[in-house]
Amino acid sequence: MATVIIPTPLRRFTNNAARLTVEANSVLEMIQCLVKDFPDLKKHLLDANGKVPSFINIFVDDDDIRNLQQEQTVVKENATVSIVPAIAGGAPSTKA
Amino acid sequence: MQLLALYQRLLEGLPQQKHNIKYMNHDNIQFSKEELTRYNRHIIIKEFGLEAQKKLKAAKVLVIGSGGLGSPMLLYLAAAGVGNIGIVDFDLVDDSNLQRQVLFGVNEVGKPKAEAAKKRLQSLNPYINIHVHNIQLTSKNALDIIEKYDVVADGTDNFPTRYLVNDATVLLGKPNVYASIYQFEGQVSVFNYRNAKGELGPNYRDLYATPPPLGLVPSCAEGGVLGVLPGIIGSLQALEVIKVVTGVGDVLSGRFFIFDALTFESRTFNLKRNPANPLNGTNPTIKELIDYEAFCNLKTPERPVKEISVKELYDWQVRGEDFQFIDVREQHEYEIVNLGAELIPLDVVTQHADKIDRKKKVVIHCKTGNRSAKAIRELEDKFGFINLYNLKAGIFGYIDEVNPELTKY
Repeated sequence: MATVIIPTPLRRFTNNAARLTVEANSVLEMIQCLVKDFPDLKKHLLDANGKVPSFINIFVDDDDIRNLQQEQTVVKENATVSIVPAIAGGAPSTKA
Repeated sequence: MQLLALYQRLLEGLPQQKHNIKYMNHDNIQFSKEELTRYNRHIIIKEFGLEAQKKLKAAKVLVIGSGGLGSPMLLYLAAAGVGNIGIVDFDLVDDSNLQRQVLFGVNEVGKPKAEAAKKRLQSLNPYINIHVHNIQLTSKNALDIIEKYDVVADGTDNFPTRYLVNDATVLLGKPNVYASIYQFEGQVSVFNYRNAKGELGPNYRDLYATPPPLGLVPSCAEGGVLGVLPGIIGSLQALEVIKVVTGVGDVLSGRFFIFDALTFESRTFNLKRNPANPLNGTNPTIKELIDYEAFCNLKTPERPVKEISVKELYDWQVRGEDFQFIDVREQHEYEIVNLGAELIPLDVVTQHADKIDRKKKVVIHCKTGNRSAKAIRELEDKFGFINLYNLKAGIFGYIDEVNPELTKY
């Protein structure tokens, strides 16, 4: 089982779970598993083309999947997968 | 501007100085007896020594944003003896800043942050120069301001400015020490850093090619931030500025550090330059600064929703108008202050559409009116509601105009 680390902004869609264990062979399978359990995650993890959107980074262990095999990156048993969205800080979203 | 970018690109292809720090001739730097006493604990570190201290004194560092991240960063950079520090901030000190912006105290509330910061830092270290830029960084002024500095530290609080700072530093060839925070999480990296071998590291666009759609990740103003978190992350940022300036240690370039204060876990990931980077990939398309608000979709007008002002709401309440009243904030916000509306948080509002009346008028509110507008759009799109009204300015507007006795948070 691989461990997935859920970032703070997405924990509201995972019943506040910070880490989840998932049985998956690839990043795409892992996302599909997560989305099955937590459907609200889908719009954050997959765009209309079924790709990870560019404001989300997924790292398998220490490496960016964009430098591996993207969504097809192999997720080994005992791997740690981190989902890291872009965060900007303090200003209200109405303020530029 | 295009000429500048062209020049920059020409430089890329030419042999050049190994680091992208154009050190002032720090050999000529002198210290007074008082300064030597002050910096003694640096100078006696073998790996640091007088040499690094001289580089600090010669350095020109621009800190963009003097808020949560900028406060600890500026305090440490000033204390460490960075000789020339620029501060960009156009904001005023607010009561709600004091929980984390440790540069400021009660006496500074209402004053310009950059000015107040300068005063505090000069009292901490009178042997350095502080330059105040009490303006908003824009595509028009960014290159002129940043050009005068060796290193930039991005402690800003919004996506348009982050992309602006990134692009300006890449176009000018300056290292950009980046940090960002949200609630309990922080991120740090050093972008656009050229190492001793002459290799250029990745920048923010290699990490995040595009910003998230508006409203997907709440801001700290909506989602909050633990006060000590920017203290930790801003200090790490100061550390990296000092390493970039002095060349001591391994700079966090090509690496991306994240810290989760809740689980006390940190991870450091590897980053690489992306050939598709529009700034300095194999086929660059961005050769000058662009309109960053448009880039971050802040200018795309969202479909307007029907609105009601707080005054009108008050009139309805007084004359006993029959309407359903819904609050889409979170439970913990509701507990701080509420207007007696039914609580259905935004995240679950579409799951509870059956609880929303279709015949009478329904007023939906949140803190300032953004989340409630989003709730209305979702309900209209998914379920075809036509009777929903957004409370303009939210509960904060109601407190300001109708009932100032209530608690703002």
